[in-house]
Amino acid sequence: MEWSFQDGLPIWQQLYEILRREIAIGGYAPGSKMPTVRELAAQAGVNPNTMQRALSQLESDNLVITNRTAGRTVTEDREILENVRRELARHQVQTYLQQMALLGYTAGEAAQLLIQEKEETP
Amino acid sequence: MNDFIIQCRGLTKNYGTKTALEQVEFSIGRGRIVGLLGPNGSGKTTLIKLLCGLLQPTSGELLIDGHTPGAYTKGQVSYLPDRMYVADWMKVRDLMGFFRDFYQDFDGAKASEMCQRLGIQEKDRIKAMSKGTKEKLQLALVMSRKAQLYLLDEPIAGVDPAARDYIMNTILTNYNENGTVLISTHLIGDVERVLDEAMFLKNGRMVRHQNVDDLRQQEGKSVDALFREIFRTEPFGGEYHGF
Repeated sequence: MEWSFQDGLPIWQQLYEILRREIAIGGYAPGSKMPTVRELAAQAGVNPNTMQRALSQLESDNLVITNRTAGRTVTEDREILENVRRELARHQVQTYLQQMALLGYTAGEAAQLLIQEKEETP
Repeated sequence: MNDFIIQCRGLTKNYGTKTALEQVEFSIGRGRIVGLLGPNGSGKTTLIKLLCGLLQPTSGELLIDGHTPGAYTKGQVSYLPDRMYVADWMKVRDLMGFFRDFYQDFDGAKASEMCQRLGIQEKDRIKAMSKGTKEKLQLALVMSRKAQLYLLDEPIAGVDPAARDYIMNTILTNYNENGTVLISTHLIGDVERVLDEAMFLKNGRMVRHQNVDDLRQQEGKSVDALFREIFRTEPFGGEYHGF
């Protein structure tokens, strides 16, 4: 997982996206314990308050659950995780189609090219 | 306990006929990391020296934890000056002894550990250290106090980019949770992601004081980019065309 940030977007939002993705792909396993705010903040080289804000957002998405005694754990709800994965995939597809449209390909042609590429590369 | 660690109202400082700070007003809460940003000569060091009681304001009010700067506040404030202030003849061990004697909140074990990580030995002579190593040593000592307010005047100006990252991480992992850190710098790119709030000083006036993430969202650019915009100087001779 790489902590890199773009200009012009709030850092907490970018942290949120990075962590959300990591949870969706199982980098933090379902039901496992999340590192503490301070640990995560130190890893990312950001302010703990900023990291806290990102984690709060993950909590309101029900992706992480805060237990009073055991700290934060990743959700075990497969449906929630699958929905996030879908959403991320959808975003990738949309980006691909937009870029292909700029090159003058229809969605159908773009899909054809994608399949062709897959067949040609072992 | 006061909600704000720093409160300033109408703070003005003149050096003879020259005004260094003019009608500066702001408050800072606890547990915050705040960037004091401005070009050279904008009043950053003057403001920090007023906060730690080394200078007296010409007019206006300044409170640290609800008290005017004095004996009490000096016990609460850990200050890193913008230049080396320790005697050359000392060894690291002597300097630690000094800090232990002067400050009740000094954690000697923590200072030793930080020095070790920096590759600084207690028997090392300060005279024989490079500028960067001296800066790291001073920072390690200043951050080893359990203070309510850390005032760091240009903590990264004299060190290489890798050491800057190390220093910023040291600040992040070592300030105490209710402590507030005020960092003055003009190297904004290096500190931006660590800050909660940014304050911009221009010609002795506070032109902006805002939460960093709100600022990035509102302006659609980084604090660094905004800084360059606010403080752009036209080059001498001819028009500016960019690069």
